[in-house]
Amino acid sequence: MNAPASSPYALPSAESKAMRHIISILLENESGALSRVAGLFSARGYNIESLTVAPTEDPSMSRMTIVTTGSDDVIEQITKQLNKLIETVKVVDLSEAPHIERELMLIKVRATGRDREEMKRMADIFRGRILDVTDSTYVIELTGDGAKLDAFIGALDRAVILETVRTGASGIGRGERILRV
Amino acid sequence: MPPAATATRAKTMTGAEIVIKCLEAEGVEYVFGYPGGAVLYIYDALFQQDKVKHVLVRHEQGAAHAADGYARASEKVGVCLVTSGPGVTNAVTGIATAYMDSIPMVIISGQVPTHAIGLDAFQEVDTVGITRPCVKHNFLVKDVRELAMTMKKAFHIARTGRPGPVLVDIPKDVTTAIAEFEYPDAIVMRSYNPVVKGHPGQIKKAAQLLLEAKRPMVYTGGGVILSDAADKLTKLVRVLGHPCTNTLMGLGGYPATDPQFLGMLGMHGTYEANMAMQHCDVLLAVGARFDDRVIGNPAHFGTVPRRIIHVDVDPSSISKRVKVDVPIVGNVPEVLDALLRELEGGGKRPDDKALKAWWAQIELWKAKDCLRYDRASSIIKPQHVIEKLYEVTGGDAIVTSDVGQHQMWAAQFYKFDKPRRWINSGGLGTMGFGLPAAIGAFLANPDKTVACVTGEASIQMCIQELSTCKQYHLPIKIVCLNNRYMGMVRQWQQFFHGNRYAESYMDALPDFVRLAESYGHIGIRVENPSDVEPALREAFGRKDDLVYLDFLTDQTENVFPMVPGGKGMSEMILAEEL
Repeated sequence: MNAPASSPYALPSAESKAMRHIISILLENESGALSRVAGLFSARGYNIESLTVAPTEDPSMSRMTIVTTGSDDVIEQITKQLNKLIETVKVVDLSEAPHIERELMLIKVRATGRDREEMKRMADIFRGRILDVTDSTYVIELTGDGAKLDAFIGALDRAVILETVRTGASGIGRGERILRV
Repeated sequence: MPPAATATRAKTMTGAEIVIKCLEAEGVEYVFGYPGGAVLYIYDALFQQDKVKHVLVRHEQGAAHAADGYARASEKVGVCLVTSGPGVTNAVTGIATAYMDSIPMVIISGQVPTHAIGLDAFQEVDTVGITRPCVKHNFLVKDVRELAMTMKKAFHIARTGRPGPVLVDIPKDVTTAIAEFEYPDAIVMRSYNPVVKGHPGQIKKAAQLLLEAKRPMVYTGGGVILSDAADKLTKLVRVLGHPCTNTLMGLGGYPATDPQFLGMLGMHGTYEANMAMQHCDVLLAVGARFDDRVIGNPAHFGTVPRRIIHVDVDPSSISKRVKVDVPIVGNVPEVLDALLRELEGGGKRPDDKALKAWWAQIELWKAKDCLRYDRASSIIKPQHVIEKLYEVTGGDAIVTSDVGQHQMWAAQFYKFDKPRRWINSGGLGTMGFGLPAAIGAFLANPDKTVACVTGEASIQMCIQELSTCKQYHLPIKIVCLNNRYMGMVRQWQQFFHGNRYAESYMDALPDFVRLAESYGHIGIRVENPSDVEPALREAFGRKDDLVYLDFLTDQTENVFPMVPGGKGMSEMILAEEL
C-alpha cells in the first residue's frame, strides 16, 4: 500500500519479522466503533496500512477490513485486543487461509493529444473503466489487488497522473470459509 | 401506549429519575460525586429519594478514587457521578487508575445538551473520546429511551469478564426528556460473552504439569482478588505443597502468614520470591499478567527454561510479554475448582522428594533475610512504623496506600492474610489515590478499621478529601511516612542519577498536625522510634475520629530488595550491597 499510517508509538523491534496480514472484523454498527478500533491501533503501537469499513447486509453490523504488518506475536495480540473491544462480534485473520482481496482506485489523468488514446488503451489493458470524460481529463476506475493498482500507476507516465484515490483492501475468504454471526 | 402485558407496568419518568431508578435497581448504596450544570437534574432526582446515598467529594478525582476504593473493598461496582467538561476531565486520572487495575466501576458524566454537542458549548468536552483509551467501554446516550438499557449494559460490562470502568455520558436534555422506565432483568449482547469455564483438556495438561514439577512456583495477581478466589487458591496451593507468591495487586490472595508464602515478588519483591520465580521449572500464573514491574526484563526471564501455565479471564493477557505453554482462558474460581477436582480425582501425588529439595533451596534464599533494616536506629524507620501498624491493628485493617516508597513498605511489611484488605494503585501508580480510596473502603466496611498509609508528597495530591471525611464522620487513620522527600524519586536519583536530587525535595511542607486540625480532625506528630507504637495505639483507640499520624522518618531509607528497571528478576540490589 502507498501510505503506511504507522503509530507514533510503534517499536522498531515489533516490525523485525513483520508479515502482512489482512484482518476482517464484524462489529456492531454503532457510532464510535471505528474510533475504538483506530484508537486501539495507535495506542498499542500497531501499524495500519489500510482500513475499510461499511455496513453489511444486516444494517446493525459493520464489516471492517484492516491490512496490517507485524510479527506473529504482534498479530496474535492485535487479534486478541480487537476481540476484547465490546462492540466486536467476530475477528478473523484472512491471511491464514485462501482468500480474495480487492481494492478500488479512481485515478484522474491528463488525456490530451497523443496521451488521450494511450490512456484509453492502458485502461483497457488493465480492465479499467473510464467513468468521466472531459476535453482534457479521464477518470479511470480500476479494481484489483494492491499490486495490480501499483502496476497500473507504474505503467503511466507520472506527469499524466492528476490525482488518485484508493479505498484500501476489502477481503473475503474463499469457498466455505464464512465470517458471520 | 402499548398494552401493559407484563405485571410490572412501565412508569413514565424523566431521564434523571431513570438514572436514579437504575442505580436503585442495581443495589447501589453510595454514589461518589460532585454536582455541576449538566447533572443538575440528576442531583435533583437524587435529592428527592433516600435509597441511593450521595457522598460529596471535594474534587472529582476523589470521586473516582472513592468509588474505586469502594469497589475494591466490597465486591460491588463503584459508582461516581460528575458533571461535564472539567468535572469529567478531573475524574480521568481516577478512571485510568481503575482501568489499569481492572476495577468494576460505573462513571456517570453529564454532557451539554444534544443540540449543543460539537459547538464548543460551555463545559463541553468530548468525554467519550477523552476516556476511550482508559475505560472498558463507554456510551453516549442520545435518546432517553435507551437510557435504562445502557445503564444495564454498563453495570453488566463493568462487573463481568475482566472487570473495568464503564462510563455513561448523558446530555442534559436527555435527563429532562420523558420515557417509560422498565429495568431489564437480563441482558444478551452478541458481541460480548466473556469465557467462564476453562478448557478441560488444558486443565488436564496443567494438572499433569503441576504434579510432575520438580521446582514449582505459584504466582498470583489481582485476578484472584477481583474474582474472590482466595479460598480456592489457598486450598489448591496447600494440596500441591508448592511455594506461592503474590503480586502487589494480589496481596491477600494467599495468606501472608502461611509458611508456603514467599512474600511479594517483583521490583521490590523478596529475594526468595524472585529467585524461586526465576529458577522454577513449572510456573502456575493465576490472574496475573507478567508485567514489567513483576518479571522485569522478559528476555532475562526467558534464560531459564520453564513451563508456564497461565490462567486468566482475559485472553489478551496471555502470551503478551511472556510465551506460555498451557494457556487457560476462564474465570479464576471456575478454573481453580476444575484444577482441584482434576488433582484430587487423579490419585497422583506431587513429587515429594523433589519438593523437599526445592524447599531446602528456598530456605537458603529466605536466610538472606532480605527485608531486614536497622532496628536500633534513633530515627524512625518507615518499616518499623508498618510493622507496628500491623501489630496494633491485629493484621486485620483495610490498608489503602498512595504511591511510592511507603506503598512498597506497606506491601512488604503488612502481612495480608485476607483479600480486599490491601487497596492500592498498582498499574497506573496514582499518587493521591490513598485517602479517597480509604473513604470508599470505609463506607463499604463501616465496622472495620481503615488505615491510609501515605507519604507527605502523595497525600497532598488529594488532601482536600479531609473535608469529605469530616462531613461524613469517617474515622480513617492516616499513617503518613513523612521523609520530606518524594522518596521513590529520591531513591532512583540516588541509584541511577548520581545523587542529583532534582526537584524531589518537598520544600515548604505544611504543618500536617495543624492542617488536620483545621479540617476538624486530630493530628499527632511522632518523631521518636519509642513513640511510634503508643501513637498508633492512641490513634486506633479513637474509634470515632480521623487521626492524622505524621511520622518523621529517616530521610535516606531505601526500599530493598530492588530489581532495577530493565534488569532480570534475580539481578536484585540488596540492602547490604550498597
